[in-house]
Amino acid sequence: MDFFFNLAPLAILVPLLMFAAIILFTHPNNRLSSSLAIGGIAFSTIISWGIVLATILSGEHIWEETWQISIPWLPAGTSVLWIGLEVDSLTAAMLFMVPFVCMLIFIYSQGYMNLGKPNQDPRYSRFFAYISLFAAGMIGLVLSGSLLLLFIFWELMGLCSYLLIGFWSFRDRDTEDHIDEAQVKRARAAALKAFLTTRIGDVLLFSGMVLLWAYTGTLNFSEIFQPEVLEHLAEITIWGLPAATVIALLVFGGAVGKSAQFPLHVWLPDAMEGPTPVSALIHAATMVAAGVYLVARTYPLFVAGSVAGDGSVLAVVAVIGAITAFFGATIGLAQNDIKRVLAYSTISQLGYMMMALGIGAYVAAVFHLLTHAFFKALLFLGSGSVIHGVEHGHHEIAHHSDHHGDDDFNPNDMKTMGGLRHRMPRTFWTYIIGTLALVGWLPFAGFWSKDEILGEAFHLWREGGTFSLPLWVWLAGTLGALITALYMGRQIGLVFWGEPRHGAAEHAHESPHSMTTPLIVLAIFAVIGGLANLPSNVPLVGGELHHFIGEVHEVSEVVHSEALALNAIVAGLSTVLAVGGLIFGWAIYRNYRVGEVEPFQRWLGPVFTLLKNKYYVDELYRAVFIRPTVWLADISFRFDTGVIDYLVNLVGRVTRVVADFGGVFDAKVIDSTLVDGTGKVTNSFGGWLRQTQTGRVQNYVLVIAVTVLLLLGLYLYL
Amino acid sequence: MIPLYWWLIVAAALFCIGLYAVLSRKNAIAVLMGIELMLNAVNLNLVAFWRYITPQALTGQVFAIFVITVAAAEAAVGLAIFISVYRMHGSINVEKLDTMRW
Repeated sequence: MDFFFNLAPLAILVPLLMFAAIILFTHPNNRLSSSLAIGGIAFSTIISWGIVLATILSGEHIWEETWQISIPWLPAGTSVLWIGLEVDSLTAAMLFMVPFVCMLIFIYSQGYMNLGKPNQDPRYSRFFAYISLFAAGMIGLVLSGSLLLLFIFWELMGLCSYLLIGFWSFRDRDTEDHIDEAQVKRARAAALKAFLTTRIGDVLLFSGMVLLWAYTGTLNFSEIFQPEVLEHLAEITIWGLPAATVIALLVFGGAVGKSAQFPLHVWLPDAMEGPTPVSALIHAATMVAAGVYLVARTYPLFVAGSVAGDGSVLAVVAVIGAITAFFGATIGLAQNDIKRVLAYSTISQLGYMMMALGIGAYVAAVFHLLTHAFFKALLFLGSGSVIHGVEHGHHEIAHHSDHHGDDDFNPNDMKTMGGLRHRMPRTFWTYIIGTLALVGWLPFAGFWSKDEILGEAFHLWREGGTFSLPLWVWLAGTLGALITALYMGRQIGLVFWGEPRHGAAEHAHESPHSMTTPLIVLAIFAVIGGLANLPSNVPLVGGELHHFIGEVHEVSEVVHSEALALNAIVAGLSTVLAVGGLIFGWAIYRNYRVGEVEPFQRWLGPVFTLLKNKYYVDELYRAVFIRPTVWLADISFRFDTGVIDYLVNLVGRVTRVVADFGGVFDAKVIDSTLVDGTGKVTNSFGGWLRQTQTGRVQNYVLVIAVTVLLLLGLYLYL
Repeated sequence: MIPLYWWLIVAAALFCIGLYAVLSRKNAIAVLMGIELMLNAVNLNLVAFWRYITPQALTGQVFAIFVITVAAAEAAVGLAIFISVYRMHGSINVEKLDTMRW
C-alpha cells in the first residue's frame, strides 16, 4: 500500500512539470498544451485516488502512524528547516476532491476558451499553464507535512490567483483587434485587489509561523501537535496572552484572507473578473477552501490556544464565520451579476465552514468543504456555460444586424437573461441540481453537510446554555440558509424561467460537450456527496467521514469529535426554510420583466440599496485605508520632490560650484602659471641661448680664445 | 746666447698671427694654414724650453716631433674634408658653412 504513498510527490510534480513544459516549449500548439495540462492533472487524480484508497485500507489507526517524508531544506544556524509531505486521513479526504475537481474544470476550460474556434482565446496555452501551476500548488498544499511547505504552496496559489483573475488584463495590442478597455482595467484592478487583500492575511500567517518557529523550533505538523509541545505553547505568554492563542489567531488571520472571511472578503467578488473556469476552480471550489483546510489542519493549535485563552480563539473563528455566513448571503440577494451572486454565496458558505470549526465541529466543516467544492464548482461552471451561451447569442445578433450592436452588453447580467431552460437543457438541469445542493434540499449533498453544522450548533446550544455562542451560530446559519434559498430562487427564476429579456438570451445555444460533460459528472457528486457522512443514526453508512478523519488530530490529545445523530427539529426547520425560500424566490422572480422594480427592492427599500452596495464595505475601506494610503503616498511624493530632491539638488549644486572654482584655480594657477610658466621660461631662455650656436667654427674658436685669455688673466691676477 | 724670453716672444707672436688667420680668413685652407702656424708656435716653445731648462732629457724634442706628425695627419684629413665640403656646397668659405646652426 506504500506504493501509492511513495508516488505522492509525483501528484505535485507532474502538473508542475506540465506548467513548465507549456510555458517553455509547447505554447505555440494550443491543443497539445491543453492536452498536456489535462493529462498531468489526470495522472495526479489517479495517484491521489490511489492514496485515498490506500488510506482507507490501512485501517482506522492511520493517525497513529501517518506516512511522511521530509528533507532538510534550509540549515539555519544551529537548527534546520525541514520540508516534507505527510498523508493522513484529512489529507486523503482533500485529495479525493481537489485533483478530481481540477481535472473536470480543466476539461471544461477547453470548451470555454473555445479551443479550435475562431474566437479562441489568444492566450489559450498560457491559461492552461497557469491552471496547471495552480493545481500543483493546491495538491502540494494538501500534501504538505509542514507549515513552511504549506505556506510556499499557499503563496504559489496566491500568485496563480493573481495571474488568472487578471488573465484578461494582458492583451496583445498588435494582434487583437477588439479589446474591451474597460474589462482590461477592471481585471487589472481586481487582480491587484485580490493580491493585496490576501497579502494582509498572508503576513499574519507568516508572523504566526515565525512565532511558532521561535517558540518550538519546528514547523512540522507531526511535531507541533505533540501534547507536550502544545502544553509548552500554552504556558508561555506573549503580550499577556498564551503563545498558543496568539499563534492560532495569527494563523486564522491567514485563513481569513485566503477564505475571504468578513473583514477581508472584499476581494472575492471582484475576482469574478477572471475567466469563469478560474472562478470555479480557484475562487469557489479549491483555493478559497485552503483557509478552511488550514484551520482544520492546525486544529489542535486552535483548541490548545482556545483552552489556554479562555475559549477566545475558537469563539473568534465562530463569530467571524457566523458574520460572514449571514451577511455574505444577504449581499447575494441584491446582486445582478450571475457570478457575483455565486461569489457571495461562496463567501457565505465558507463562513459556514469557519463557524463549524469555531464551535468544534471540524469534521462537519471538512464535510461541508468537500460537498461545497462539488456543487459550487458545478454552479460556477453552469454559470460559465450560461454566459458562454449568451455571449454566443450576442455574437449572433451582432453578426446579423451587421454591426456590433450595443457594445456595453453585459453577458453576466441576470436581468438580461431568462427562459434559458429550453435553450440550454443540460446546463439547466445540472444547474438546478447544484442549486438544490447549495440550498440544502433533501437528499442532495448540501443538505447533509449544512445540516450537520447546524445540528452541531444546536446540540452545543442545548448543552451550553440559553445565550451561549452556539445559539447565535445556529441562528446565523439558519437565517443564512433561508437567504441562500431566496437568492438562489431569484437567480434560477431570472436566468432559466420567464421570457428572454434580451436578444442575446433568445439566441443562446447549449454549450459544447466538453463543457456539459464535467457539469454532469459534478452533478452526480452534488447528488450523492452526502453519502460520505450521513448522520450517525443511519445504519451501515452513518458517520463514515467521522470514522475516517475524526481521529486525525487524536495524537494531540486535545481534539475529540463524535458523529451526531440526525436532529429532527434542525433538519425539519432548515428543510422548510430551504424549500419555502427557494420556491418563493423562484415564484416571484420567474416572470420578472425588464425595467420593472424588482420585488425585493420594492419590499426592502433602502435595505436593498444597502445590500446592493455590499454594505458599503468597499467604500468604507476606500475611505479608511485606501484614501489615507494614497494621501500618505501623495505627501511622501511631495516630501520627496520638495525636500529630499531639493537637498539632493542642493548638494549637487554646491559640489558644482566648488568644482567650478577648482577648475578655474587649476586652469589659471596650476596650468597657466606654474606648468605653462616653466615651459615658457625654459623656451625663451633656450631661444635666447641658441643664438650662440651659429654653426660657424670661427665664432666658436673666438669664444674659446677669449675664454682662455680671460681664464689666463684671472689666473695671473688672483 | 740670446735669452729664453726672446724665443718666447717670437713664438707668442707666431701664435697670435696664426690665431688671427684662423679667426679672420674666409678660405678654409687659409684657416688650416693658421692652425699650422699655431702648432709651429707651440713647437718653437717646446724646443726652446727643452734647450734652456732640461737639455739632458729628450722629452721636448720628442714632443715636438709628435706634434709635427699629428699636424701632418691633421692637414691630410682637413684637406680631404675640404674637398668633400667643396663637392657638396661648391665653396669652402667658412662663413657660409653654417649648416650646424640652430
